[in-house]
Amino acid sequence: MDTLASLADGFAVALTWQNLMLALIGCFLGTIIGALPGLGPSNGVAILIPLAFTLGLPATPALILLTSVYYGAMYGGRISSILLNIPGDEPALMTTLDGHPMAKAGKAGEALAISGLASFIGAFFATWGLVFLAPQLVKVALLFGPAEYFALFVLAFATLGGIASRNQAKAALAAVIGLGIATIGVDGQTGVPRFSFGEVHLYDGIDFLVAIVGLFALSEVFIFLEHRAGSGADDKAVKVGRIVPPWKMVRETLPAMGRSTIFGFIAGVLPGAGASLGSFISYTFEKRISDRKGTFGKGDPRGVAAPEAGNNSAAGGALVPMLALGVPGSGTTAVLLAMLLALNITPGPLLFQQNPDVVWGLIAALFIGNIMLLAMNLPLVSLFVRVLLIPTRYLMPAVAMISFVGIYGISGSTFDLVVMVIFGVMGWVLRKLDVPLVPIILGVLLGDQMEKNLRRAMTIHDGDWTMLFNSWLAIGLWAFAIVGFVLPLIVGRYFRPKIADEAIAEGSDPD
Amino acid sequence: MKKLLGLAAVFTLASSLSAFAFEPNNTECIAPANPGGGWDFTCRQVGKTLQDLDLVPGTMQVSNIAGGGGGVAFAEVVGKRNSENNLIVAASSATATRLAQGAFPGNTMDQVRWIGSVGADYGVIAVAKDSPINTLPELMEKIKADPSSVSVAGGSAVGGWDHLKVLIAASKAGVEDVRQVKYVAFDGGGEAVTQLLAGSVQAFTGDASEAKGFVDSGDIKVIAVLAPERLEGDFSSFPTAKEQGIDVIGANWRGFYAPGDMSDEAYAYWVDAVSKVYSSDEWKEIMAQNGLAPLDLQGDEFQAFVKESIDSITDLSKQIGIVK
Repeated sequence: MDTLASLADGFAVALTWQNLMLALIGCFLGTIIGALPGLGPSNGVAILIPLAFTLGLPATPALILLTSVYYGAMYGGRISSILLNIPGDEPALMTTLDGHPMAKAGKAGEALAISGLASFIGAFFATWGLVFLAPQLVKVALLFGPAEYFALFVLAFATLGGIASRNQAKAALAAVIGLGIATIGVDGQTGVPRFSFGEVHLYDGIDFLVAIVGLFALSEVFIFLEHRAGSGADDKAVKVGRIVPPWKMVRETLPAMGRSTIFGFIAGVLPGAGASLGSFISYTFEKRISDRKGTFGKGDPRGVAAPEAGNNSAAGGALVPMLALGVPGSGTTAVLLAMLLALNITPGPLLFQQNPDVVWGLIAALFIGNIMLLAMNLPLVSLFVRVLLIPTRYLMPAVAMISFVGIYGISGSTFDLVVMVIFGVMGWVLRKLDVPLVPIILGVLLGDQMEKNLRRAMTIHDGDWTMLFNSWLAIGLWAFAIVGFVLPLIVGRYFRPKIADEAIAEGSDPD
Repeated sequence: MKKLLGLAAVFTLASSLSAFAFEPNNTECIAPANPGGGWDFTCRQVGKTLQDLDLVPGTMQVSNIAGGGGGVAFAEVVGKRNSENNLIVAASSATATRLAQGAFPGNTMDQVRWIGSVGADYGVIAVAKDSPINTLPELMEKIKADPSSVSVAGGSAVGGWDHLKVLIAASKAGVEDVRQVKYVAFDGGGEAVTQLLAGSVQAFTGDASEAKGFVDSGDIKVIAVLAPERLEGDFSSFPTAKEQGIDVIGANWRGFYAPGDMSDEAYAYWVDAVSKVYSSDEWKEIMAQNGLAPLDLQGDEFQAFVKESIDSITDLSKQIGIVK
C-alpha cells in the first residue's frame, strides 16, 4: 500500500496547472515529432532540453515535459507508418506491415484508432508495471549477461520468417544486407575500423534513422517520380473510410494488445534491447499465435495492434533500468538520463529513496500524459487521415523536404544526406526486385547488438562456445529460438499452398 | 596567481569599457556527439554558465556534430571553419586518445588551439560488493597469476580511455604483458556496471561519476581511485591507487579547443572566459553535483598538458599493439 500512497503523492506533485499545460504541450509536440520521418523520440527530447533549461523549470516539471514528448513520439510514430508506409521512427517500423495495407484498403481511420488504443493500453499497463515491479524487474535485467543477450537476439532472428509471408529467401537476403550494414564502423572489441575506407564519418557506423528514412521515405519519392512525374494528374481514388472502429474489431484485437504489452515490457526492461525489439517480437509472436488465415501483412488489425502495444509498453519498460540502475535502455532514455544528471539527480538504486517526489511525480505524469494522448489522438484521427487526401504530387516533395531537414538536423553533416540518398536508391532497386525492406532495418538494429554480445561473451569466456549455453535462461531462449524457427517449417506445410495462392491472386504490393 | 588575478582584472575592465580587441557575437559550441553524452553536457553547462556570468551576449548555441568519436567535428573545424572566432569545441581525454592513436585520419593536435580545462573526472576501478578482492594489488596479483580469470568491463571501445587506465595500472603493478589483461567493451559505463552486478565480469573500470549511484547504494566496492589525492565528498573513504603503491593517475579531463586560425585576441578572450567560468561559484556547484574534480589548466599550460597526454597514450598504444 506504500506504493499507492507514494503514487497519490506523485499525483499531488504532478496535478498543477503548470504541469498539466506542460504535459499537454509535450504530448502535442511529441505526436508531431514522432509522425515526421527522421525525427524520433530521442531527437524530440533532445531538441526540447534547451527549452526546459531556458524556461528555468525545476526537475519535476522539466521531466514531465520531456517524458510527455517521449510518450507522444511513441504514439506519433505510427501515423506516418500507417498513412504513408514511412515509419516515423525505428519502433514504428513493424506498424507499416499491416497498417499501410489497411490504409490502402480504405481503413486508415480504423487503423489509426486501433493503433491509438493499442498504444494507450501498452503504455498504461507498462506504467503500472513500472509502479509495482521496478525494484524486482531490476533483478531480471541482472540475469542477462552477454550470453543471454546473444540468445535473445538469436531468438529474434529465428522468428524473422514471421514477417515476410511470401518469399522467405528474399527476406533472408534482406536481413543479411542489414547484418552487413551493421558491421560498418569501429569494432568495439578490437578498436579497429571496419569497412570505413578511412572515412571518419563511417567510424560510428550507419545511423538507423538515416537508413530508415532513405529506404522508406526517399524510395517512395523515387517510385513516385518514376510513375507519375510529368503526368501531373493524380488518379488515386482515396477512401478515408470510417473513423471509429467497429466494436468487433476492438474485441478481436484486445488479446493481441494484452500479449504484446507483456512482450514489449520485458524487452523494454532489458537495457540493450529496447522498443524496436519489443515491437518486433510482439508482431512476430502475434503472427505465430493468431495468424490462422494468413491475413497478417495484408491489413490485419491485430498486426497493427500488436507492434503498437509492444513499442509503447517497451517505452515504459525502458524507464525501469534508466531510473533504477541509471542504465539507459534506448537512445531516448539516454537523453533523459543526461537531463536527470544535469538536474543534479543521480539515477541509480537509491533514486526511489532519495528523490521520491521526482520519481513518483514522473510516474503520475506518465499516467496523465497517457490519458491526454488517447483523448487527443482519437479525435485527431479524422484530421490525420486527411493527409491521404493530399495529392501525391504535393505530398512527395514535402516528404523529401522533411527527410532532408530531419536528417540534417540530427547530425548537422551533409555526409549523412549523401548516405540517405544512397539508401533511397537502394530502397528503390530493392522494391523493384520485390525484396522486403523491413528485415534490412532489423538486421542493422539487431545485428549490431547481437554481434557485440557474442563478442563480449567470447572475450569473457576465452572463446569457449559452450559457455553460450551456461545458464537455464540462455538454454530456454535457445529452445524458444529453435522451436520458433523449426515449427513453422513443419506446420507451414499445411498452410503454405493456400497462402501462396492468395498472394498470387491478390498480386499485392511487395511491401 | 597574483599576476593571473591582475590579468583577469584588466580583462574585466577592458571588456566593461568595450575596448576589448575581440567582441563575441553569435557564439557557438560544438558538441562532437549526439545529445546526452559528456561533450554535450560540457557545451550546455559551460554555455549556460557563460550566459549567467554575462560573458557572452545572448545565448550560446550548441550544435551536435556527431560521428567518428569526435573525428567528424574535428575534421569539420579544421577543414571548413578554421578561422572562426566565435566557435569553441568540447573535448576530453577521449579526444586526446583518438588523436594519439591516429583515429582522426589526417588530423593532429597542432591543427587546433587548445583553450582550457573545466575539470576532470578521475578514474576508478571497482568490484562487486561480495567480491573476495579488496584492494588494487590483490586484483593485480590475481591477473598476474591467471589473466583469464579476471574480465574487466568498461564503457569505451578497446584502446579507449577506460581500457588504457587499467593497462597503465597493470603495467605499473608489474604485469609484464599488459595485452593479457582481458577487457570487455560495453556501450557506456552504466551497462558495464550492470554487468559487474550481474556477475558476468569481475571488475569495472570507468569514471567516478559513472560509479557514483552504485557506490551510494553499496552495490559496488571501489578498490582504487586513480587520482593524485583522495577525492572529496562521497569518494573520500576510497583509497587512491598511489596509496596502495601503484602510482597511476587516470583523469578524464573535460575542456575545449578552438579553430587553428582563431585570432590571438579571440583566443585570449576565450581562455579568459573559460577560466572565469572555472573559478565561478556556479561552476563549483556544477562540478560538485557531477563528481568533477579540480583540473585548472588554461592557455599554454593546457596546450602542454594535452601534448604530454597524447605522447604518453601514443607510447602505451604502441606497446599494446593498437598503433603500429
